[in-house]
Amino acid sequence: MIKAARRALPSLGMVPFLGYLTVFLFIPTVIVVVGAFQDDGRPTLDNVRALGSGPVLHALRQSLVVSASTAVIGAVVGGLLAYAVVTCKPDGAVRRAVTSACGVLAQFGGVMLAFAFIATLGFSGAVTTLVKDSVGVNLYGSGWLFDVPGIILVYSYFQIPLMVIVFLPALDGIKVQWREAAENLGASTWQYWRQVAGPLLLPAFLGSTLLLFANAFASYATAAALVSQGNPILPLFIRSALTSEILLGRANLGYALALEMIVVVAIVMTGYALLVRRTSRWLR
Amino acid sequence: MSASALETREGVEVRLEGLHREFSGVRALDGLDLTLRPGELVALLGPSGCGKTTALRLVAGLDDPDSGRVVVGDRDVTHVPANRRDMGMVFQAYSLFPHLTAQQNVEFGLKLRRVDRSKRAGRARQMLELVGLASQADRFASQLSGGQQQRVALARALAIQPAVLLLDEPLSALDAKVRAQLRDEIRRVQLEVGTTTLFVTHDQEEALSISDRVGVMNQGRLEQLAPPEELYTAPSTAFVAAFVGLMNRIPCRVEAGRASVLGATVRVTDRSVTSGEGIAMVRPEQLVVEASDAGSAEVLQVSFLGSVTHVRVRTADGHELLSQANGAEAARLTVHTPVRVRLVADQLLVSSD
Ligand SMILES: Nc1ncnc2c1ncn2[C@@H]1O[C@H](COP(=O)(O)OP(=O)(O)OP(=O)(O)O)[C@@H](O)[C@H]1O
Ligand SMILES: [Mg+2]
Repeated sequence: MIKAARRALPSLGMVPFLGYLTVFLFIPTVIVVVGAFQDDGRPTLDNVRALGSGPVLHALRQSLVVSASTAVIGAVVGGLLAYAVVTCKPDGAVRRAVTSACGVLAQFGGVMLAFAFIATLGFSGAVTTLVKDSVGVNLYGSGWLFDVPGIILVYSYFQIPLMVIVFLPALDGIKVQWREAAENLGASTWQYWRQVAGPLLLPAFLGSTLLLFANAFASYATAAALVSQGNPILPLFIRSALTSEILLGRANLGYALALEMIVVVAIVMTGYALLVRRTSRWLR
Repeated sequence: MSASALETREGVEVRLEGLHREFSGVRALDGLDLTLRPGELVALLGPSGCGKTTALRLVAGLDDPDSGRVVVGDRDVTHVPANRRDMGMVFQAYSLFPHLTAQQNVEFGLKLRRVDRSKRAGRARQMLELVGLASQADRFASQLSGGQQQRVALARALAIQPAVLLLDEPLSALDAKVRAQLRDEIRRVQLEVGTTTLFVTHDQEEALSISDRVGVMNQGRLEQLAPPEELYTAPSTAFVAAFVGLMNRIPCRVEAGRASVLGATVRVTDRSVTSGEGIAMVRPEQLVVEASDAGSAEVLQVSFLGSVTHVRVRTADGHELLSQANGAEAARLTVHTPVRVRLVADQLLVSSD
């Protein structure tokens, strides 16, 4: 009896966490799913059917474009930066500076970030004014900063440092002996990357890219602060669905949109889990 | 390539000539000269930080010397990049590629050499058999014990039939029993393939037990290179004498090539002090203790070590000595027993320090 209780004790520690998940993940998910198939308390498929309408599809496509492009930009640039950090000097001052900077920048989203970009690249932003005065080029153009290109630029600002943070451990896991052993066995630098480092890093790289994708896909605050007109991406579409209940004539369209986002993120995270499982076969 | 007969390759001579290597002020190698005869296994022995790993890395081409040469056969390879040196290396830290199975690890070097698939698989299998791991061929490194991983690493290094085999403390992470077993196995395999081998270790038992010759290093230089027995019985410097085996340091006087030690007069070796004060290097087994009421020395401690017993004694002039006694004599000795200490040696090394 006591023994069984003692064995159960560690799982008892999970209770607050499970409670948290229930309140903030499971219950909202259920509400979203149920809500998506209801209108005024009556079951309906209208909301889900509305996902196929032009404006929603457009927002979904733009959301995917923003997420995919910032994930790729973040992964490539962040990956290279992380590699530079690892090779420059282990435990050096540079590394400490870059990692702590990335830690801060990766969290630096929302109104602050949007404002920072508006202040530099907006209509009368500092850089816009400077370039206009000195070179005579109008950086502001027709307001690209407040549409998809702007969102991509601003998101990259936190995607790149996030990549550095999530990809560094994988790079650290690459042992010098592997390189030296490969060299000793006759491998050129290219062959080493192709046959050893590449295969070892690829799952972590793709996994990090998916994580970045999900991160961008679900981001709201930055885009909300940046874009005040139109609904170029899904989270903003949900905002207007929630605030103006008559959008497309569907009161519960917001729930259906949220469901769509959940599905996309679930697909991405499944891919992520598969990648992790692949590597755990040979990594402890 | 026949599957049964192991293909071997004529061993080559390897020469390290005046190797110098400095790391930001630290002299890791300070003029290292060392020649390995074809097919020979030389152990490089020395205290931590004396430059053993550095020497090995220079031979492998993983690092470049500030000056000096590495010559294999009659080819100067000092400036040949590591991936074209044709040397097999086993590292101290586990270095198997984690995303490949044991079999694929062993095949790695062969694949780079464009050996075709079936030949490659056959040879890898043969190498795994040689190290006794054929049944684990499909395992990943994480599924193998430390000893098994090092065996696979050895098989991987041997698979490419390297001109030279380099081993950097391959056993240091293993426990004593596996270590002794694998050490003998390395020797067996080395004799079988006949590859010239440089084996770095700081474990003297390991060095003495498996090598043709042992090189003792100190502060980036070679102190002595000799067969194990000679190294033990005729150390040429005080450092070697003290580093290999146990040694008593007994102050003495030398006159006309003869030293007076513990009441006996003994010839001194070539590289000794020729006259004046010096310190005689005396092995425990060169000191025989006998219980004797007339003895001026006293037993301090008796430690039974299995085949022999170590007896620590204090002489009349206050010197502590370590001596060795066989079973029958040892049984009569206890703490405070008065004993006589007799020196049994034809000649001794007497050093100035
Ligand atoms: N890459 C390096 N950078 C700076 N110093 C180094 C480097 N490699 C070796 N050294 C220094 O050179 C000296 C010799 O090192 P080495 O690794 O050759 O010793 P070792 O004999 O192999 O020692 P151990 O038995 O501890 O492995 C040491 O003082 C070490 O600190
Ligand atoms: Mg070393």
